[in-house]
Amino acid sequence: MFRAASSTSTVARPFRAKLRRTFATVQDPPVRRYGGLKDQDRIFTNAYCRHDHGLKGAQSRGDWHRTKDILLKGDSWIIQTIKDSGLRGRGGAGFPSGLKWSFMNKPGWEKDPRPRYLVVNADEGEPGTCKDREILRGDPHKLIEGCLVAGRAMNASAAYIYIRGEFYQEASHVQQAITEAYKAGLLGKNACGSGYAFDVYLHRGAGAYICGEETALIESLEGKQGKPRLKPPFPADVGLFGCPTTVANVETVAVAPTICRRGAPWFAGFGRARNQGTKLFCISGHVNNPCVVEEEMSIPLKDLIEKHCGGVVGGWDNLLGIIPGGSSVPVLPIKMCEEVLMDYDSLKDAQSGLGTGAVIVMNKSTDIVAAIARFAHFYKHESCGQCTPCREGTTWMMNMMDRFVEGRGHQREIDMLLELTKQIEGRTICALGDAAAWPIQGLMRHFRPEVEKRIATFRAETGPVLFGGRMKSDTDPTLALPDNLGANLPEFPPPSLQA
Amino acid sequence: MFAARLSRQLKAARTLRSARRISTTSARQSDALFVHRDTTYNNPKIAFEFNPDNLKRAEEIISRYPPQYRKAAVIPLLDLGQRQNKGWTSISVMNYVAKLLEMPPMRVYEVATFYTMFNREPIGEHFVQVCTTTPCMLRGAYDILDTVCKDLGGIKPGETTKDGKFTVIEVECQGACSNAPMLVVGDDFYEDLTPETTKKVLEAFRKGEKPKPGPQSGRLTSENSAGLTALTSKPPGPGEFCTPEFS
Repeated sequence: MFRAASSTSTVARPFRAKLRRTFATVQDPPVRRYGGLKDQDRIFTNAYCRHDHGLKGAQSRGDWHRTKDILLKGDSWIIQTIKDSGLRGRGGAGFPSGLKWSFMNKPGWEKDPRPRYLVVNADEGEPGTCKDREILRGDPHKLIEGCLVAGRAMNASAAYIYIRGEFYQEASHVQQAITEAYKAGLLGKNACGSGYAFDVYLHRGAGAYICGEETALIESLEGKQGKPRLKPPFPADVGLFGCPTTVANVETVAVAPTICRRGAPWFAGFGRARNQGTKLFCISGHVNNPCVVEEEMSIPLKDLIEKHCGGVVGGWDNLLGIIPGGSSVPVLPIKMCEEVLMDYDSLKDAQSGLGTGAVIVMNKSTDIVAAIARFAHFYKHESCGQCTPCREGTTWMMNMMDRFVEGRGHQREIDMLLELTKQIEGRTICALGDAAAWPIQGLMRHFRPEVEKRIATFRAETGPVLFGGRMKSDTDPTLALPDNLGANLPEFPPPSLQA
Repeated sequence: MFAARLSRQLKAARTLRSARRISTTSARQSDALFVHRDTTYNNPKIAFEFNPDNLKRAEEIISRYPPQYRKAAVIPLLDLGQRQNKGWTSISVMNYVAKLLEMPPMRVYEVATFYTMFNREPIGEHFVQVCTTTPCMLRGAYDILDTVCKDLGGIKPGETTKDGKFTVIEVECQGACSNAPMLVVGDDFYEDLTPETTKKVLEAFRKGEKPKPGPQSGRLTSENSAGLTALTSKPPGPGEFCTPEFS
């Protein structure tokens, strides 16, 4: 795992070795510390809505500046710039954006008479995530301009912005921005005077987390239930209204014009290799001052919290665990939180993920089992019901987690639950099944002793519990009990409680 | 012997609710009924039509989609109908939207039952939705929910007050996690709540006022409440810091 070196350990060799060094000796390269982004390098300059979000304000902050020249550079130039900048999708999966956009321009695409669409995913519903909201209400013109630039790159004819229904104020800001852009001739038949015809439409959803999945979003946009489609065919071949489509996150689209204007090397200069750029992080939970902030990628998680959020409530030592990327990624215990960097690779190495950059901090006052059980409730509520493993499995996981909160379970049921999560993971059309399974796997990976302790305590207080939460004392002793209820298993404490 | 066993079984069944017998019906898995039952206030005979304003809006919304895909407008149009119909989607609204978009009514019912923002039962004047998903829960969302329920006369989530002014429900993540805990009244977010400010917000609605949406703690949006840690300087103007080509 990549360790964030502290300032004292910049020289890895022992002190004596340093003294013996001659001029000819090659020096260790200085260890680079990430974080500390300057204001001038922040892309979303109106994230806190301190300035005018309308067209005039946006133009004074540099939006729509020479957009025509970007468009006239052509599709391959824009895609190459995005590729060089190392931008990866900001919606959670982290797929390289330039590559994704280039799928739309397959050889011979000009002969395809179908219209082509860019769909912007503003259906932000992942618990912990509130970054796109700041873009939508503070910098809507960045998004609209981004639609035009990204749309030009993939030769799209129109963009649909699918915004979640709950974001009413945000939707009205975006609609205002679209109307202003049309009036100023920045969109429409001759967008920005470049001769390129491009339309942007707003579409409001109606409250379904699953519509954040790209094919479910397309289904929902077509006026159906938001149930994910099987892939292939991929949306780049058959997507919205049966036409080539690319779905991209708000943040990914909105940074594109600034990258084009400031140049790919500028954006690629932030963060570690393959994790370049800046990113909006949203920190929630037990920190003194929760906030949304744009920072450099690869910033150490601890720095992010200490610098921008006033630290953990009760001090860093009072930390229990952090979920670094929204509800779908596994929780990290305090020891790992000290080391990880906020980027795709470092968090992946820590068996978690960057997800949407939504940091949920939990200090020692948290009932971690209840917190993860609440996620299980969320996924049960939001499962669309299309695939059996997810539809049934989320309910089972919720029921089991609810019992574990009070400890009403059998010690062996922890492994049963883990087996259940493995049977959901990877067996569904979309990633919601995986997302429901991962938090529970993370809990058991790092906090299994806590769950075992609860089960042991409950057992000590109320007597043996059968599989499924029934008390042994409630069974009828005159009737034979099947062995698969776990009533007659040998009793021994779990490994974590053995002295 | 048999009688003794039976009585013991009955006792066990009474004390243990989690064990269901095969003969009993399955537990209700959802918080809402997914089939329509005709009632006096919700049946297909009650007429519904868009008023001229909304009809104009509906035409504008339909024009956003390709002409052969009019049905793409079903979600925005149902939303429009719900707004006109006092905040809930009756069977008449669904039928009207189906007729307007030339699609089978069943396809509209499917959509209306799938998405959680369509209320298929009447709601109160103010629709209070309290988020209790984990990030809000960590900041005390259940205290807020309890405060709301107690303040509105001891109703439970999902119920409407007797005077028909408030309906309270518990909802999943609303996407304002850095401003947790929060609740939504109608379309507006009220964030950074404490039990005291929650009471104040509800009191204002009770008086017929509309409190200012957004954080109730004094901060403007989602910045650090102890003072800005980012975006303190003037934003760069057009062309600043850009490559020579675009400056």
